[in-house]
Amino acid sequence: MRVKKRKRLDHQLIFELIEPGSRVLDLGCGHGELLARLVAEKKISGQAVERNPARVADAIRGGVAVYQKDLDCGLLEFKKNSFDYAILEMTLQQLERPLAALEETLRVSRYTIVSFPNFNYRGVVGKLVETGRMPVTPALPYRWHNTPNIHLFTLYDFLDWAEQRGVTVVAGYASAAGSPFRPLNLPDDSSGAEELLFVITLAGSARLKSTGSSADPVI
Amino acid sequence: MTDPLNVCLEKKAPSDLPEAPRSVGWTSPKRVVLADQANPLLLDCGVNLAPVTVEYETYGRLSPARDNAVFILHALSGDAHAAGWDRDYVVDNRPWRRERPGWWDEMIGPGKAFDTDGFYVVCANILGSCYGTTGPWSPNPENEGKPYGLDFPVVTVEDWVRLQVRLQDYLGIEQLLAVVGGSLGGQQALAWAISYPNRIKSVIILAASARIGAQGLAFNAVGRQAILNDPCFNRGNYYSSGAPTGGLELARMLGHITYLSADSMEGKFGRRYQNGKQPCYRLSNEFMVESYLSHQGRSFVNRFDANSYLYLSRAMDYYDAAAHGEGDLEAACAAIRADLLLISYSSDWLYPPEATRAVAEAVLAAGHPVSYIEIPSSYGHDAFLLETEKTAPLIDSFLRRGA
Repeated sequence: MRVKKRKRLDHQLIFELIEPGSRVLDLGCGHGELLARLVAEKKISGQAVERNPARVADAIRGGVAVYQKDLDCGLLEFKKNSFDYAILEMTLQQLERPLAALEETLRVSRYTIVSFPNFNYRGVVGKLVETGRMPVTPALPYRWHNTPNIHLFTLYDFLDWAEQRGVTVVAGYASAAGSPFRPLNLPDDSSGAEELLFVITLAGSARLKSTGSSADPVI
Repeated sequence: MTDPLNVCLEKKAPSDLPEAPRSVGWTSPKRVVLADQANPLLLDCGVNLAPVTVEYETYGRLSPARDNAVFILHALSGDAHAAGWDRDYVVDNRPWRRERPGWWDEMIGPGKAFDTDGFYVVCANILGSCYGTTGPWSPNPENEGKPYGLDFPVVTVEDWVRLQVRLQDYLGIEQLLAVVGGSLGGQQALAWAISYPNRIKSVIILAASARIGAQGLAFNAVGRQAILNDPCFNRGNYYSSGAPTGGLELARMLGHITYLSADSMEGKFGRRYQNGKQPCYRLSNEFMVESYLSHQGRSFVNRFDANSYLYLSRAMDYYDAAAHGEGDLEAACAAIRADLLLISYSSDWLYPPEATRAVAEAVLAAGHPVSYIEIPSSYGHDAFLLETEKTAPLIDSFLRRGA
């Protein structure tokens, strides 16, 4: 099934968060638009990883170096701290082993930028309760039988993991109903956020630079 | 001599004739002496070779800034005639070229992946081969001008590249836009990337790896034995007495088995009989696959030199990119500066996808970006020549990346 293309709100935020000239690993890069833009406008050195051959071809056309690989096979070829940022943009929930992937991004990069759909979003839960069927929403646009999203989770699921793992959450952002990402607001965003984006690191209390347009994160 | 089996079974698109808008048209090989007594070519084996002639062809025009040159690197049985129709096939005694265009004609020409409206495409015959570049068939100045035969020094992939670098200088090109090769040509491309990082901007490697494995070495060994054991071989001195065609034919047949996959053989030939549906109860060519291999072998001996086969297959054996990092491929790849595109084909078992991926992994581990893609194909190793429809858009995208 072809899903109607939706504007990627997280692209813009990630673009703003990343420092010019840094080393960026984009995991599950899709057609590579974000990395291509970062290369062109922020002079980053980028490497993309993507499983789908058609998307790999598109990303190559965009001027991005793309390595065809299934993220569930690990990132052993990348050395510790070889990147400043690793991006898992709406990808984590599609992986067989999401925690193994997070361990790998934390190992190979200083910051991991991860975005995902929040399954506790009231628009999702509401649909589920109302219809008694798996919810189909703009952020989760698939039917139960064709969804690539095999590990759906919520804001607190993610924060619980971060706490247990001893990961520092440097910044958190939320978006709902197609509005731009804004700094996370707890506890309201537990059910108020449709999509979430976090910057995490194992490097102690490292602070990310504040973004120009968005206010400083609350976490 | 078009191969009727090939044409009907592989359903290849008909070649672009010389007048076709997408053909580079009529071509003429060029020859240049790139090493002489005063400036010999120092080979890996320690021999100073001179003189060395290189045969090459060019398509398209070199830009005024001299920044649009692409070197195409050919494989074991290839030649400098990569595209178009050879105008000089009669004087050069290469009658097989009358019937078909250059070996990568589907990829090189106006509007093709290597678009000769924009790129200056160069292809040179490798050292030790038999298509105009110095090889075992060439006159040995130290033996009254008789053919070298087995007195020709053992050459390596790195030696070939060293000679290609001389061609680059001769053509006055400081940095090549790209070097591109499949199979043994891919190994040359990798050698360029590791040894001459500043002379190239990008590298495209198809169906190749850092080295062939024990299985590949074994097939090459048997191919050489077939030649060496031919009663006509005469220690390589057969140029006036008659070539060891039986042995070379056998080596080529064996080679062809390694270029196909079990699936593609099954699809092309299955168990079909050569003549109808009944067996003829004979030992000679009975099954279609036998006829195919015999035909491939026979047409090869008309156009290839057995000694060259020995030398080129040995060079293929020797090549190991890791040797440039004292056995560590990652260390060897640390020298790479060019943008890299690696393409493998799923059913290739001579240079399997894992082996190509291993190069990508080593490059990434060395901290350098790389593009790697595995193309699904049932054609085996031959896919790099046959899967043009899948390969060409990738190469085109890569060459135009960011544009």
